[in-house]
Amino acid sequence: MEKKILLSARGLSKDFPVSGKRRLHALSQVDLDIYQGETLALVGESGCGKSTLGRTLIRLIPATSGSISFEGQDISSVSEKEFRPLRSKMQIIFQDPYASLDPRMTVRDIIAEPLETHHVCATAKETTQRVTELMKAAGLPAEYLYRYPHQFSGGQRQRIGIARALALKPKLIICDEPVSALDVSVQNQILNLLKDLQAEFGLTYLFISHDLSVVRFLSDRTCVMFLGKLCEVGDTAQVYGKPMHPYTRFLLGAIPEIDPRARGEKRPLLQGELPSPIDPPSGCRFHTRCPYATERCRTEEPQLRNVEGRQVACHRCEEI
Amino acid sequence: MDEAITLSVRDLSTSFFSEKGEVKAVDHVSFDVPHGSIVGLVGESGCGKSMTARSIMKLLKYPGKIVGGEILLEGRNLVPLSERDMSLIRGEEIAMIFQEPMTSLNPVVPVGKQVQEAILQHRKISREEAKKKVLHMLEMVGISEPEKRYRCYPHELSGGLRQRVMIAMAMICRPKLLIADEPTTALDVTVEAQILELLRELRDTIGTSIILISHNLGVIAQLCDYVYVMYAGQVVECAPVLELFDHPSHPYTRGLMDSVRSLRRGDERLSTIPGVVPNLLRLPQGCRFAPRCPMAGEGCRSCPPELKAVSAGHLVRCPYGQR
Amino acid sequence: MRDEQEEMLTMQMEAPEDVLGEADTLKDQLKRMARQNKLAVVSAVVILLFVLGAIFAPVLTPYEFDQQDVINRLASPSAEHLLGTDELGRDVLTRLLYGSRISLLVGVVPTVISMLAGAVLGICAGYIGGKTDVIIMRLADIMLAFPSMLLAMVIMYTLGDGLINIFLALALVSWASVARIVRSETLKLKESVFVEAAKSMGVSRLKIMCRHIFPNCLPSMIVLFTLNIPSAILSESSLSFLGIGIKYPQASWGLMVNLGRQFLYTKPWLSLAPSIAIMLVVLAFNFLGDGLRDVLDPHLKDQ
Repeated sequence: MEKKILLSARGLSKDFPVSGKRRLHALSQVDLDIYQGETLALVGESGCGKSTLGRTLIRLIPATSGSISFEGQDISSVSEKEFRPLRSKMQIIFQDPYASLDPRMTVRDIIAEPLETHHVCATAKETTQRVTELMKAAGLPAEYLYRYPHQFSGGQRQRIGIARALALKPKLIICDEPVSALDVSVQNQILNLLKDLQAEFGLTYLFISHDLSVVRFLSDRTCVMFLGKLCEVGDTAQVYGKPMHPYTRFLLGAIPEIDPRARGEKRPLLQGELPSPIDPPSGCRFHTRCPYATERCRTEEPQLRNVEGRQVACHRCEEI
Repeated sequence: MDEAITLSVRDLSTSFFSEKGEVKAVDHVSFDVPHGSIVGLVGESGCGKSMTARSIMKLLKYPGKIVGGEILLEGRNLVPLSERDMSLIRGEEIAMIFQEPMTSLNPVVPVGKQVQEAILQHRKISREEAKKKVLHMLEMVGISEPEKRYRCYPHELSGGLRQRVMIAMAMICRPKLLIADEPTTALDVTVEAQILELLRELRDTIGTSIILISHNLGVIAQLCDYVYVMYAGQVVECAPVLELFDHPSHPYTRGLMDSVRSLRRGDERLSTIPGVVPNLLRLPQGCRFAPRCPMAGEGCRSCPPELKAVSAGHLVRCPYGQR
Repeated sequence: MRDEQEEMLTMQMEAPEDVLGEADTLKDQLKRMARQNKLAVVSAVVILLFVLGAIFAPVLTPYEFDQQDVINRLASPSAEHLLGTDELGRDVLTRLLYGSRISLLVGVVPTVISMLAGAVLGICAGYIGGKTDVIIMRLADIMLAFPSMLLAMVIMYTLGDGLINIFLALALVSWASVARIVRSETLKLKESVFVEAAKSMGVSRLKIMCRHIFPNCLPSMIVLFTLNIPSAILSESSLSFLGIGIKYPQASWGLMVNLGRQFLYTKPWLSLAPSIAIMLVVLAFNFLGDGLRDVLDPHLKDQ
């Protein structure tokens, strides 16, 4: 079965001005396809540009260069006004459930806001009816309709955020670390919910996370990012089973095992500090920390290429 | 056990008094930290693990208060000590590092100076001598080019480096006990691995005992010798680390372990603990975990269980776990 | 994850099952203030008494505010005239009560005008940014660079006397500081995730400003409101004292202090009574403002 591309980005770059004339290169030349109905995970450490990528893809922040198309339609060059109706097709769930809800609005008003903005319902009563349905879908009792966010626990707040994201029946939801602020057992509740909702509403997720175990559960494909570049893209089971890029290996190796007996095993530790995105290293961006780096890595930037059914940006991934 | 005990906490109770009544954040918690060991406190947010740590440091914020029990640091009870006596002990004998290394450092003072202040507070030595010690300590916690970093301000350092500075500051007086409150939660996994390695090294070289507070069972498994699982202000299970991970006996501990997601296989469905942490103002009458427990029977709901041994050094607060 | 102690405290205070029904956050905060800060409650009562006094002045006193009794001029306090009479034989208490109408009006009306203007301009400057921001804020800087009393005097001289002109003059001198504070608040809120969330849903700029920014600026505006009222009352008193505010025979506290000045040694109550009234109201508003700030401003709460 041919997979249909929902959103695709080509040569996407994003710079932020910093003090002086310098620029912070948050994203450089990222090519990415998201297929209809899949969960694509975006993993990497803080500062690697994964959140910027998620926000740039749905035009929450404008790209510096590159193009994005959604369902075959170019969305990177249309005006904000023309884009507004398309917004309803791509929504986002934020990391911090404490900050992402306006503290002075009731749950009803928070979830109703997208409905009212896009004039989905004719009357206020109809809107409330729809809000109740959404709350039910997100696992919130309808009695909570007129409460304020501060009266909820972190997990419940995240459910409010999910209900809000679902309100406009979007095709694509960007999940930006939706569980990292929650306790483990609550995280699992939310992750199960996200999986159920995907099946129920046929959603496509771009799931941004630094937690590889979260990604393992939810995603079909995984993208690993390092310093504004993709370094490995492939089927999740494959990437986890046999990581090809050295960075992916370190990332997977660093996760503390839940087995005290695994302690004796010397885990590979990543050396050195993260290079600055203002002044990224030449050649492969990972070479300053990579134990396998050669002269070629220092000068020639590796491009994503197909290796064993996935894409890897490393000159030496076959040998090591 | 005949090992020397660095810290012994006996029946510690800490409450804060809110408008709606007394909240028993820490309820009769007892544990020992043997010399040179790493003891883990694990539990979800709000279970009282950080409050226990703050009680030991006597750094409770208003309206928190220690209401009972003893905190014995090598036999000396810290509970009745005055604030002045306590400030001599803090940093010198017990030190603490926190989750967010950015807010724990003064943003307008170079980090080296801050570490230097920490030692000058407790030792009567010259500034040059202090600086020498600081540079040595910075090197010990794995900061390359200590001379250069000495003059850096906190915002110029990455999260991992800041946490290393915090550790240097905590360890500069070579305290007997280091309390690490979620030291790696705010950090990336690759940095987390480095910091955990560093803590282990420091324990081995300096011989400091460590209380490690974490919600991450992986971190606990990798580092601790002895583990206390806390729930709603109480210790519900404690055991040596291997025993605990081999035979988790309390339903809550098992629930936590089942919640851990596997990296190796993609689960179809994740296991969760139903319900939420109880409100400490209206605790259930019997076992505090009973409302969420899959095994709870009538007896659990009416009569609070005691902490009882199931094997040597393995205590469980559950009649089913004890069987 | 947040500080555990705070986490536990909020968990206890705000655990969902606790708060069924009661939902107004602002109301909760006010209740908390009432419990914690008795001074603020006393202040609120004092202000309320003055407001009632102003409203029911005709009922509370048998005299008219300009009713002269030349035979009885400069009388000392007695049962008939609780605070004595002034140099035209008018009852001082009566004039004080009627004067509170002017003083309270002058405290509230220009403050409301300047709050609204300052809020609108501040939110626009902060949220839209760019040229709008530059123009509004430079204007505000210019306003703030003048000594406000001098500016008010200049405005009064050009516009002439009268209540409306006082309102305008006082509003003109105080909008700039409001705009500044609201702007900085807006800049903070603009970066908040819930505003980003609204943007991600396609909510328009105007709506974001009205529905998200403005309500979240309200707590600091309420505080500012109570702190700006006394300064307006004081400015009016000063202007009237200088003879360019309220005109005779209208009563205002500043005017009364001015008129009593020449009898300060012989008949001190003439100046003292209105002075104490000014002091009471100003202090009450200040304490109330402090109390409100403590509960509404989370940044100060942490310190």
